[in-house]
Amino acid sequence: MIATIADWLGAGCLVAGALLGLAAAIGVLRFPDALSRMHAATKPQVLGVMLLLLGIALRLRSPADLGMILLVAVFQLATAPVAAQMIGRAAYRSGRFDRGLLDADELAERGSGSGPAGPA
Amino acid sequence: MTGPPEPAPDAPGPATVGRGRLGRWRDQVVALGWLVAVWSLLWGDLNWANLVGGLLVGGAVLVFYPLPAVSFGGRLRPGALLVFAGRFVIELVSASLHVARIAVQPGYRPRGAIVAVRLRVPSDLNLALTAEAVSLVPGTLILEVDRDSGTLYLHVLDTHGPGDLEVARDRTLTVERRIVRAVGSAAELRRIETDSPAKGTRS
Repeated sequence: MIATIADWLGAGCLVAGALLGLAAAIGVLRFPDALSRMHAATKPQVLGVMLLLLGIALRLRSPADLGMILLVAVFQLATAPVAAQMIGRAAYRSGRFDRGLLDADELAERGSGSGPAGPA
Repeated sequence: MTGPPEPAPDAPGPATVGRGRLGRWRDQVVALGWLVAVWSLLWGDLNWANLVGGLLVGGAVLVFYPLPAVSFGGRLRPGALLVFAGRFVIELVSASLHVARIAVQPGYRPRGAIVAVRLRVPSDLNLALTAEAVSLVPGTLILEVDRDSGTLYLHVLDTHGPGDLEVARDRTLTVERRIVRAVGSAAELRRIETDSPAKGTRS
């Protein structure tokens, strides 16, 4: 009984995670510049992976698999923001973003010369 | 890290410096414990071979890839940690749904903005934790970190005017407060609770 419920919950999580992954992919494709794209690559993508992992955990239910799934989740949470920050920073410094889409840019006002016109 | 070496006006130095050899040893032992745990999880079960292998590999990692000491002067508060984790999950879900929605909304071009947020507790650990958490919660992404003044530069997605910038700033400071309440030291906690949410955050 409980196994059946867990299976169905797991299946639901897998579908939801896959849909979020799809939305993230569409976002990466459709958003106008690199900075916006990184938003799609972090939030829905991370939650999608978390849901997929939860779904797998509910289906497999063995301690060894749960440990591995936990590791994947921790590393995903720890590394996705770092990767997005590195790409975002590189995009900003090389000027690969649409300034017309920005309402404000307080990083440029810092005046340290590391803006788009700064040293590569 | 790459910011200009302008000294922050009121930064109280990165937490406590020099807790002595004992503290450093304790940090190393904790790190080794984590590495052994990760190693065992990777192999999938806990036995003597994995324990010994984990100790060897973990020791080698610590010897050959030494990291700068992270001064952890605080202590864990389980209640506040639960609050932080709960809010984090809620915000991760709502942020994901929001970004997913504007991703599939036909013909919508989201506008953005870059705002500077100066944190009230500019310690390395707090800076890193806040930056990580903020990247995953609604509409913000870290672009640049100015370690000297403890300032985060965030890209905010889907803004509709100046009001949204203030909202993003306040939200970041709220995340910081939750983190400090969960893992900060008593001095940092006092700093957070007494400071009014700083509005003028430009360096």
